[in-house]
Amino acid sequence: MSVHVKYFASLRESIGRSHDDVLITNNTTVAEIWMLATQNMHRPDRLLVAVNQEYADFNNEVCDGDEVAFFPPVTGG
Amino acid sequence: MKVEIFDKSYDPWQEAQRYQKDTLEEGKFGAMALFIGTMRDLNEGDDVASMTLEHYPEMTQKHLEKIAKDAMDKFDVLDVMLMHRVGQVFPSDPIVCVAVWSVHRAAAYDANRFVIEDLKVKAPFWKKEILEGEQENSMRWVEKNTPG
Repeated sequence: MSVHVKYFASLRESIGRSHDDVLITNNTTVAEIWMLATQNMHRPDRLLVAVNQEYADFNNEVCDGDEVAFFPPVTGG
Repeated sequence: MKVEIFDKSYDPWQEAQRYQKDTLEEGKFGAMALFIGTMRDLNEGDDVASMTLEHYPEMTQKHLEKIAKDAMDKFDVLDVMLMHRVGQVFPSDPIVCVAVWSVHRAAAYDANRFVIEDLKVKAPFWKKEILEGEQENSMRWVEKNTPG
């Protein structure tokens, strides 16, 4: 089982890539996806996350094939 | 209801006028509130030459549609049009446009404010500025939106 992980904006630049594919087991949470994808990189305080293009919490569990996106606070408008 | 993201310059006045002509029924609306957000040439005390707007295409489109629909559900309005730029923009270029039509003015004003405030804190767009003057050609990400 795996999930597709995306990074945006300043986070993408600091990580140095725009996406990853991460292997998961049952009951893997978003917080664990962050650790697996970034090799335990410190999680920025104001980091936001979306699962399948909807805002999610770090304790949400993910499913096989989900798209998980991490990004900094938004600044549109 | 209409939501559109432009990767090139657009004319929000013309878009709103065209949408009104094509979609709204003449004589049925008594108010139209139009908000247009444009790029400034100064931020945090520094001169800004241009800006690149990045987005998360699939989520941004979905989220903008959700905001427009929420406004339609929450307020007594007839229609909502929401547009936003991505890509490189320059000072005075229109970035965002929110147009709301209603029978009476209060709902149009309230719904318009609701849409822009939600977009500012939740819609996945990010601005990267290119500075000029003493810091010419240096780039920086905008870290937060102004409170209003």
